[in-house]
Formats: sequence, structure tokens, C-alpha cells
Amino acid sequence: MSHKHEAAAVGGPILTRTFIACLAVFALSIAVLAWRFVVGLGPTTGMNDGYPWGIWIAFDVVTGTALACGGFSVAILCYAFNEGKYHPLIRPAVLTSALGYSLAGASVIVDLGRYWNVWKIPLIWNWNRNSVLLEVAVCIMTYVVVLWIELSPAFVEVWEKQEKYPLLCRAARRVHGWLNRYLVAILALGILLPTMHQSSLGSLMLVMTSKLHKLWHTPLLPFLFLATAVLMGYAAVIFESALADEVFDRPRETKILASMSSVMVGVLFVFLGARVIDLALRGRLGLVARLDFYSGMFLLEMALFLAAAILLLSRKRRDNPGVELISAILMMLGGSLYRFDTFLVGFLPGPGWSYFPTIPEMTVTIGFVAFEVLAYLFIVKTFPILHTGVPSHALGMAAAKPSD
Amino acid sequence: MSPTRRSVLKGIASAAALAATGSPEAFAGPLPKKTSPSDAVGLLYDATRCIGCQACVVKCKEANGMPPDTGTPRGAMYDAPDDLNSKTKNIIKLYKGEDGRTSFMKAQCMHCVDPACASVCMISALYKGPRGIVAYDPGKCVGCRYCQTACPFNVPKYEWNTAFPKIVKCEMCRHLVEKGGIPACAAACPREAVIFGGLETLRADAKGRLAGEPKRYFPKVYGETDGGGTQVLYLSAAGIPFEKLGLPDLGNESGPALSENLSHAVYQGFIAPIALYAVLGFAVYRSWRSQGLGKGGEE
Ligand code: SF4
Ligand code: SF4
Repeated sequence: MSHKHEAAAVGGPILTRTFIACLAVFALSIAVLAWRFVVGLGPTTGMNDGYPWGIWIAFDVVTGTALACGGFSVAILCYAFNEGKYHPLIRPAVLTSALGYSLAGASVIVDLGRYWNVWKIPLIWNWNRNSVLLEVAVCIMTYVVVLWIELSPAFVEVWEKQEKYPLLCRAARRVHGWLNRYLVAILALGILLPTMHQSSLGSLMLVMTSKLHKLWHTPLLPFLFLATAVLMGYAAVIFESALADEVFDRPRETKILASMSSVMVGVLFVFLGARVIDLALRGRLGLVARLDFYSGMFLLEMALFLAAAILLLSRKRRDNPGVELISAILMMLGGSLYRFDTFLVGFLPGPGWSYFPTIPEMTVTIGFVAFEVLAYLFIVKTFPILHTGVPSHALGMAAAKPSD
Repeated sequence: MSPTRRSVLKGIASAAALAATGSPEAFAGPLPKKTSPSDAVGLLYDATRCIGCQACVVKCKEANGMPPDTGTPRGAMYDAPDDLNSKTKNIIKLYKGEDGRTSFMKAQCMHCVDPACASVCMISALYKGPRGIVAYDPGKCVGCRYCQTACPFNVPKYEWNTAFPKIVKCEMCRHLVEKGGIPACAAACPREAVIFGGLETLRADAKGRLAGEPKRYFPKVYGETDGGGTQVLYLSAAGIPFEKLGLPDLGNESGPALSENLSHAVYQGFIAPIALYAVLGFAVYRSWRSQGLGKGGEE
């Protein structure tokens, strides 16, 4: 790589109206949670003995972590395939990943009925090695730490310049030196761990041979979940970068994103092909032809992915930021629906059971998303996350131009 | 599913696992089929003998210190659970067909030979204990409720209305069995509709009844092989298939047979993840170098 890219803090006031609104929503969700911890899950949520997992698992964890896979998707391209041109996308992607995963972790704790026993999970002698959930739990816990370490250069870069606080300054420099030496090992973990737990999220449903609808139950679940994680992570990067460019009035990173899109077209077709061939080989295509509620959901998932793939197929359309954003949204919707269907819609505990999230339950989910937004705003304004969009030799000029 | 189809499928699954992890371990053979210990115990419920007196429901609650599940239809109070729930480990239901025929049905944990609940539980709060009884240890349970979603019979129940909940399910009165006793339901039944005994003896008994009175029974012992086999066996009246009684058609394989085989294939010896980590480490190092990162602090 000939030129370096620089990231810079966006700056500007923290306490904007958006920020305060998000804070209010988050506070509301904390109040709801206080209630949940006093009375239990029954009175606060729509969950029941037929549907013991609700949106806190199906959305916050299963869908949310996939939408937070931006750090993973970009890291694969940037590091595993040595495409340095994606580098400016890494920090913002890792930031949203770190936030998304941390909040998914928080959702799990809130959802666990006997949370006071969680400290027993990391104790190796307790492990049930057959449990897919164990692997998911240990992997996600580790990955949250890995993500924050991956992001930490952005923090230490700021702190090591704080001459006013010599202690902080010195500590930051020490950490920075350490990071320069060992970050390679952490970055590799940052690709390995999501590969493992994102596929395992799909494996969670393998055991439910009789309770998961046949359109979704397949030995390919781990593979399909891994593919959607990559797709959704990538789509989230496009979405966020479009949003950040809009909100902070910055130059678009279309070129880089467009070349990422061409890679994703391949992944999209593999996903679509794998699902259809799998159903065909096992004689389940008839279920699609039934045109009932379930086949409708299935077709909707496939249509969303197919539309995204077709949009990105031609070079000309890929270079159009509007088209790219639409295809990203289609992918996020398709992937979210696929995961939601696998965990809730296609989950069939038997007659007599139904589930719909309650308002307090939804408040918690929305409150967590609001927290994500406000933490994102605070961090990009304070720390060098977003890329300035110009090679560093031109940085002097760019810095002269105010970028709120 | 034809055998060829199955093998094609296995191939796809292995290929996918291989693609996901890059491991030839994905082609390792399947785990041996699980069996219950030779001293396994079980229950045999013969629906044709049950008169629906609910004595077993009452005695189960008594033996396990369970509270009544009260309802007050027409103002009077009844201990009237409408299904298995956090206050009810055992229940008698009634099936009524279109033709007006009825049958009683006892529901409780099936004590699966290869239990999904125990397979999925992170730190074995549910586990296959002595004599094949599937037992619960609240000291380890984190309340994730995976056991509930995984159980093909919807057996484990959760205490939804408390801040400090537990999972509740039949443990075949293991506190009594340990001391040489028998489960309260089997002790209570005045008609011997449910009997307790060694698993092999019960299997033979059930088959004997089928052979002895073929006109009386639906021609199958449920639980012999269903879902990998269960330690609670069922006989149903002629003309009333088990699905009508709420016992699903699971095929002969357990759920864990699929999930454990697949993850065993991928994660065996943790070789695949370590190999993948090594490859990734190398690739990242190469990019790190060529992209001029990590030097001079410019990330
Ligand atoms: S019936 Fe359900 S709870 Fe009972 S052993 Fe089988 S899987 Fe576990
Ligand atoms: S709820 Fe408890 S018993 Fe059930 S799977 Fe989770 S930890 Fe195990």
C-alpha cells in the first residue's frame, strides 16, 4: 500500500438532541429491567413454556450479532485476503461490532433466569462439550474482549497525547507498544471466533429435528448462518458508512464499498444455491410450493437476497451509492428475517402455544439499540474512528476544512 | 429418506463443515449410537388400563413437595393444572377423537435414552444420572431455557413468575428410587396402568402385551426406538395412534445424534479451530507487514 489512511475524531457537541432522546429511551429500558429482575420473566415478557426464547434471543442475540458482524466481514477481506484498500472501513466496523456484541451479551444476561450462576460457565471442569450453546457463550464472551482490544488503538492514540495527565499518557504509550507487538494474534482471533460462533448459532437449532419447520431445519444450518453473518456484516458496513457520511457530511467511500459488493454477490449466490439444492436433494421443495404462511416467509427471505444479488450484479449499478445502499438494506432485511424465522417463526412447539413480545420486552430491545446509537455518537466524536477520506499527505488541507 | 439421499446429505454437511473450518476432521465417522445403562429403570404406561382417576397426579405433587396449581371455576377452588407446568411434573390428559372415542394420556419426562435436554445444557445442570434417570441440578443451571426449546416433548418447565426461578421436570422420583423405592405415580396407580421397573423388563412386558392381545392395542410400543429411545414406554388402544396422544413422530434418531455428530465432526480434538487460527495468524501477519501497519503507531 502506497498511501496511508488516517482516522480522526469527528468532534462537535456530544449532547445533541438525538443523543438525549436515545438516553431517555435507554433510561426507560433500564426501568423495565429493574422490574424484570424483581418479578421475573413471566409478568414482563411474552415468553412461556412453549416459546421459552423470545426477541431478546432471536433478535438481540441471533440477529443483532450478525448485524454487528461488520468488523468480521471487513477483517476477512482486509487481513485474511490482504486487501489493504478496505482498511479505512475497519475502525468504524469494529466499533459497531464491539457495541453490538457487548449489548447482545447484556441481553443474554437479562434473559438468563438464573444469571447468578453464570460465573460457573467459564470453569472448564464444568463443561458439557456436547453443548453448542456452551461454545457460543464462551466464544462470544471472548470475542467481546477481542473486539474492544481491536478497537483500543483508537483510544490509546488519544490518551497518549493527554500530556496533562502524565499517568494516563504513560499507560497509554505502554499499551500502544504492547498492541503493536501482539495485535496480529488478536486480529486473527477476531476472524476465528466469529467464524466459530456465528456458524454455531445456526447449529443451536440442529437438535430440534422435530420442532423446527422443515424449510429451516437442515444440516447446512451452520453454513447458512456463517454466510448470513458475512453478508449482514458487510451490508451493515455499507449502511453505517452511508449514514455516517450523511450525518457528518463526509465524502463517500463508494469505491472501496463497490469492490466489496462484487465479493458479496458471490456469497449471495452460494447462499441461495445451497438452500435450494439442499431442499431439492431432501425432497422438501414441495413445502415451498405449498404457498402457506411458512413458504411465504421462506420466499420473502429468498426474494430479498435475490433482489440484492441482482442489484449488485452489474458493475455500473454497484458504483451507484444509492443502489448499493438499497442492496445493503435488502441484505440486512433478508438475513434478519432468515435468522428470525429460524429461531421464532419456524420454531413449532406444538398446538396451543403462541408468542408475541410484550411492550416492556420490546422497550428493552429498543433501549439497547438506543444505547448503541448514543455510544457510537459519543465515540466517533471523541476518538479517531472515522476515516477522513483522503490520503494522509493531503491531511493538512483536510484538517483545515471544518468537518463538524 | 433413501440411503443414497442421506449419504449425499452427509457429504454436503461435511463439505460445509469443511468450508467453514477447513478441516478434514469433518469426514470423521459418526459417534456410536447412545444406549441406556444396563441397570436403567423406566415406566410403562398402558393407556388401555388408565381410568383417569388422577391419583398419580396428586401423589406426584405430594412426593415432590409441589404446590397446588389452583383454579377457581364457578367459585370453588381446585388443584387443576391444565398442562405440565412449573407446579406440575405429571398430568393425565384426555384425548377425544372425532368418532367420540376417548383415551387417557399420562405426560411426564420421557427420560430419553439420548436426552436432548442434557446434550444441550452448557454445564450439565440436566444430566443423565444413575440408572439412566435424567436429573436436574439447580446449582449449575443458569436458566438459559435451551433444554425447553430442545426437548421434543416440551417437558422441562420454567418458573416464570419468580425472580429466582428453576427448571421443573419429572426426575422419576430419584430421591425415592435411590432408597430402593418406586416413583409415586407408579405406587399410586390403582389399576397398574403405570408400572415401574428395569428398562429391559418393561420393554419385554410391553411387547408381550401387544403379542398377547393384538386386538386391544395400537400395534407399536412407543419409546422403544422413538427419538433414539425413551425409558418411559407407552401402549395405546387400538385405533388411536400415538400422535393423537401428543407423542410426536420423531423417527428413530435422537436430536443430539445429528447435532453432536456434526459438531463432533467439526470440533473434534479442537484441531480444526487451531489449524484455522494458525492459517489466519499467518495471513494477518502477512497483511500486517505488507500494509505497513503496526509501525510508528499508525495502526
Ligand atoms: S423428555 Fe425432554 S426433558 Fe425428558 S429426558 Fe427427554 S429431552 Fe429431557
Ligand atoms: S435452563 Fe438450566 S437446565 Fe435448562 S439448559 Fe439452561 S442451564 Fe441447563
